Amino acid sequence: MMRARKKGKRILFLCLFLCFCLPAAAGCHGHKGLEPFVVPEDFDESKQYEITFWAKNDTNKTQTRIYEQAIADFEELYPNITVNLRLYTDYGRIYNDVITNIATNTTPNVCITYPDHIATYLTGVNLVVPLEGLAEDPQYGFGGSGLRYDGPGPDEVIPKFMEEGAFGGHDYALPYMRSTEACYINKTYVEKLGYTLPDVLTWDFVWEVSEAAMAQDAEGNFLVNGQKVMIPFIYKSTDNMMIQLLRQRGAGYSTEDGEILIFNDTTEELLYTIAEHAKSGAFSTFKISSYPANFLNAGQCIFAVDSTAGATWMGTHAPLSDISEEKLVEFETAVRPVPQFDTAHPQMISQGPSVCIFNKEDPQEVLASWLFAQYLLTDEVQIAYAQTEGYVPVTTAARESAEYQDYLSRSGEDNELYYEVKLTATELLLNSTEDTFVTPVFNGSASLRDAAGQMIENTVKSTRRGETIDEGYMEELYRDITALYRLDTGEKNGLSASEKADLGPMPLMSVLLLAGIAVVWALMLLYVAVGAARRSFRQKNRK
Amino acid sequence: MKKLALLLLAGALAVLCAGCGNGSGDADKKSEGVMTYEEYVAADLESQVVVETYVQAKQAWWEDKATLYTQDKDGAYFIYDMACSEEDYEKLTQGTKIKVTGYKAEWSGEVEIIDATFEIEDGKYVAEAKDVTSQLGSDDLIKSQNQFVSFKGMTVEAAGQDDAGNDVAYLYKWDGSGQDGDDLYFNVSKDGNTYTFTVESYLCDKDTDVYVAVKALNIGDTIDMEGFLYWYEGVNPHITSVKAAK
Repeated sequence: MMRARKKGKRILFLCLFLCFCLPAAAGCHGHKGLEPFVVPEDFDESKQYEITFWAKNDTNKTQTRIYEQAIADFEELYPNITVNLRLYTDYGRIYNDVITNIATNTTPNVCITYPDHIATYLTGVNLVVPLEGLAEDPQYGFGGSGLRYDGPGPDEVIPKFMEEGAFGGHDYALPYMRSTEACYINKTYVEKLGYTLPDVLTWDFVWEVSEAAMAQDAEGNFLVNGQKVMIPFIYKSTDNMMIQLLRQRGAGYSTEDGEILIFNDTTEELLYTIAEHAKSGAFSTFKISSYPANFLNAGQCIFAVDSTAGATWMGTHAPLSDISEEKLVEFETAVRPVPQFDTAHPQMISQGPSVCIFNKEDPQEVLASWLFAQYLLTDEVQIAYAQTEGYVPVTTAARESAEYQDYLSRSGEDNELYYEVKLTATELLLNSTEDTFVTPVFNGSASLRDAAGQMIENTVKSTRRGETIDEGYMEELYRDITALYRLDTGEKNGLSASEKADLGPMPLMSVLLLAGIAVVWALMLLYVAVGAARRSFRQKNRK
Repeated sequence: MKKLALLLLAGALAVLCAGCGNGSGDADKKSEGVMTYEEYVAADLESQVVVETYVQAKQAWWEDKATLYTQDKDGAYFIYDMACSEEDYEKLTQGTKIKVTGYKAEWSGEVEIIDATFEIEDGKYVAEAKDVTSQLGSDDLIKSQNQFVSFKGMTVEAAGQDDAGNDVAYLYKWDGSGQDGDDLYFNVSKDGNTYTFTVESYLCDKDTDVYVAVKALNIGDTIDMEGFLYWYEGVNPHITSVKAAK
């Protein structure tokens, strides 16, 4: 039972791609790229359409089966549409593959994605289909008369989630599932250390308990677990950690139009605190140590922060586990929102897969893509997929359905479908939807997110290596991160989605590249023309 | 005169032979400031390490970072995400000697060198597979972590069930949630104990002989294998060769 640590292999360096290949790809379709998509009047059912769907699962066989079943059911409804599924377990790899395929005009039709990533895709002209026209279409839109399935009505996609895919004046993404982060807690150890677990955790509480858990006996065994290993607090996604810390403190991250604000005094203060607890060994991260669940379930961690979509891995009796039976430790698992600074006004990130549709030359193919994308919002798919992890459906129809309400009411009935930790994580999000937030989306926001996490990773690593974390360190860190993630491209970073219509002049390198391509084409055509002329001349002479 | 010529010829051959084969002579020597394998093992986690080692296999190159299986004559070093241009990555053929400066780290039980830089040096060494079959399940096995190893006469067990409930010999990803081209997981047993082995798809993609061979396995087959003794929450070899047991 293993979840591999994989990033990717052999791709072109992304920045090079973004600089050269997207403009070049746009150039392949003329300077303006593909024609803007216009919703056809009717769907042509006399023609066969083959569409590709790049999906993400959480290394979860049930999710794979749900995708496959959804495709089979959809194809039965629409026999002239074939959907080819390609599975990923990582949003980053989908992002990279999409960018690679933009250059060859082989993007998928339907793609699970994050809005941050769409902002990058929008660098290519008309590459991503704005969905509002499709959603409002009387025949094929939400609640449309021409649909062969019972999709969500016009007001049934939860507006807050729909807004997360809206930028630059358009809806570019449909929400598919939503999750947030949760803190999975070894309550048994918290109480053993003499603390009472509050309903809402504060950062101070988590740090204090974590430090208390570091006490060891003369042989180096931790008192709380009797083992040689204890990392009381492990955070899976440090980009989320930094984003939420800053948000909760009211500190800068970025503006809506891409101005980078993250390099501020609050960030520095937060990093000093993190360094303090990394130094004692009370805090680590997924990238540095491993999955929080592995340590939690082995009794080597007390506060494990991971997605609610990772709930089935958390706890002694979790249905999924990466560690062997003999390493499992019996304890009571509690689930709480991520730690807060202000418990009266909790704030947590909204995440989870969205779906975008890529434009194609044939509008009918795009319409076929939309029909499938919308099918993913039917109650059947929404409820089935939401049950696989601590996800929540994105439609009120699915949420309010008797089937889903019955599911929620059966928490703890078994350690599979009704696994209590998963259901508690789900309830956490259902009850906190209004406390969730997302970060601004602009071309470069994906890099900023990576940068946010990398500042924590670097600080923790440096601390563990005995480096001094002081003002000088922070200055260098800010400088390094700025350069690494190319956050120094002016006051505003890249293009906000709202500005994408005015791309300005092409970079010189792109102009040269396109000119080169044009020259090569001209030479090829010249060669063909001369060859044809010669053949014609010879034939004439033979006659 | 003939004898002298023969002696010279024999001497020349000896020199040539030393330079050929696995080149183990070079693998004995460490430059100044470079750790021996024993010193590397003794070094604390998070401390800076400098080793001279030889590329045995390349797993992946990603945004100017390379992940390598390397080894000298004493032990192995898994090098994760080492700074490396694509141009340099191409130079890292099997046996290439490299001097690596990085930090010793542990991730889920896998001891590795991270945040590393490297330089190519003169020298060549290709490790022979070390038979660790008898060490499976023992505490000694971890001493061979990351080395190129072999397993002999192991029996293929069911890795899981397909949708129809039939036992299958391998899975795409650990739970069968993947597709062709993803990591393959399969179970093999020896002396009543079962172990999970992996064909790591970045190391050996779906077009490699080993990937194809694992997909052709049947439960009950007896096989010999070679691969790298990777660790993830316990032993999790990355298999590079599968053949019917001799």
